[in-house]
Amino acid sequence: MDPKRFEYPHYIAIVLYTLLRREILRFMRIWIQTLLPPAVTTMLYCVIFGELVGRQLEVRGYSYGYSYMEYIIPGLILMSVITNSYSNVVTSFYSTRFHKNIEEMLISPMPAYILMLGFVAGGVARGLVVGLVVWAVSSVFANLAFPNLGLAIVVLLLTSAVFSVAGMINGIYAKSFDGISIIPTFILMPLTYLGGIFYSVEMLPEFWRSITLFNPIFYMIDVFRYGSLGVGDVQVRHSLMVLSVCLIVLTAICLQLLVRGVRIRN
Amino acid sequence: MYIMKAALHISNLDKVYPNGQVALQDVSLTVKHGDFFALLGPNGAGKSTTIGVITSLIKKTAGKVHIYGLDIDTHFTKAKKYIGLVPQEFSFNQFEPVIEILINQAGYYGVPPRKAQRYAREYLQKLGLWEKRDQEARNLSGGMKRRLMIARAMLHHPQLLILDEPTAGVDIEIRRMIWSFLSELNQRGTTIILTTHYLEEAEKLCRNIAIIDEGKIITDTTMRDLLNSSDSESFTLYLAEPITLDNMPTIDSVTLKQIDAYTLEVITSSKTDLGQVFTELSRHNIRLLSLRNTSNRLEELFLKLVADHDSSALVGLQNRDLVNGSQTL
Repeated sequence: MDPKRFEYPHYIAIVLYTLLRREILRFMRIWIQTLLPPAVTTMLYCVIFGELVGRQLEVRGYSYGYSYMEYIIPGLILMSVITNSYSNVVTSFYSTRFHKNIEEMLISPMPAYILMLGFVAGGVARGLVVGLVVWAVSSVFANLAFPNLGLAIVVLLLTSAVFSVAGMINGIYAKSFDGISIIPTFILMPLTYLGGIFYSVEMLPEFWRSITLFNPIFYMIDVFRYGSLGVGDVQVRHSLMVLSVCLIVLTAICLQLLVRGVRIRN
Repeated sequence: MYIMKAALHISNLDKVYPNGQVALQDVSLTVKHGDFFALLGPNGAGKSTTIGVITSLIKKTAGKVHIYGLDIDTHFTKAKKYIGLVPQEFSFNQFEPVIEILINQAGYYGVPPRKAQRYAREYLQKLGLWEKRDQEARNLSGGMKRRLMIARAMLHHPQLLILDEPTAGVDIEIRRMIWSFLSELNQRGTTIILTTHYLEEAEKLCRNIAIIDEGKIITDTTMRDLLNSSDSESFTLYLAEPITLDNMPTIDSVTLKQIDAYTLEVITSSKTDLGQVFTELSRHNIRLLSLRNTSNRLEELFLKLVADHDSSALVGLQNRDLVNGSQTL
């Protein structure tokens, strides 16, 4: 490669393609660990909460005429997208640091923002593939109408991007493999479960409803439910604003860490 | 203009870690295009730190680095296209197949996928790894992993190849294969910077040499000039008949040591006429079967230079302590 014939846009396109391909091959190679568990989990949720317990339940007056099964499926899809986007990037980036093959990227001409974009694109790709798998499994139990399909896709992309960037920040700071599981277990999972997958926020007492409004995942699930079923508890534009702010703030932090070389350059 | 001609030009490079440890002090170095350059030094001397700064894995405290005239601070992306690095430690994903490691690396440098496939095949074949292309890297032997790292560094055809102990822990057959690969590469115009603890390797391959100790360059010269500064040579002589101490000749400025009844070690000054040694041995009816030059001149010089530097540094330190002491008194 002659550095004198260096064309920046062409170069960037190849690097992005390489990083994305690498990430997709990685999670496809270990599909038993990456794609199968969300399918099994969704099936269990659908059988237990939808078929067995769900038949006895309804989100009294708040499920907008949908069955409990139908009501929870958008949340289940988004929960899988969130956890898989996050864990894809945090695991991949931390492993890259751990095995020192981050050096392959750091010594190359790749700028920091492309490094971030490549990993985030990988996380989004896994989020989307898992989202599709979960949707396919759940469609055995109930069909979503997707009255606002475009909105649902945008929300899916933005949500997986937000959690991919968050995973990357975690991957930068993590000092051990324990460090990459603390946030998903102790922060992400509670926020997701309390984000309105299984219930409408309108059902909650005033105090808990106010608390829920500080949970960004609540807005993501709510707007995705609006895209999937056409019903939601908060205005779409508020939810999209929360998503955008989260993405911008986290991206700025992540980029800053990479440019400064925190934990990756001596 | 001078900078433009150099493959690498480092000036006044300092590296001080946040804990105060000084790794590099005022390091200046020029490696010309097409050179085969040895950067030697004891463990912890600053070789890997220097390489780390050149390749941007380590942030410098002060100084400038130019790659083919491009300042790495201002022309980061372009300058790095010139460099290929073979690091000291294995730094690839052990769970990735060999071919994927290479194709990815090429992609990071903007090599399109089809070309990357072709280059990967070319270098894997050259380095005897083509049969292992689909294996996960963790299943390769140590020597194969070293060769994989060399192949990986070559995928974007760098003009400046930096190798940090590329033959550490590999057997002699593979080492020679790597030597011949590197020599061929250098003959075709690639500038090579090599750090190694096998001084025989540096002596055999490199034309210019710098020795670094305690973060400072203590020698920067041609290999020939350095070797010529050596003042002794040693040879092992294999004799036809046994020799006793009684019939051992005495020769001016030559030391003779008996290793066993059939073997002698001869240590001469570099200015000694070897013909005189042979004449004296013949006069004492000592018949030679063969001889071998056993001196590792570079090793001896290296040890001497480092020892001289360490002792002068110690004297400097003691003098400073004395001065400080007198001030406090």
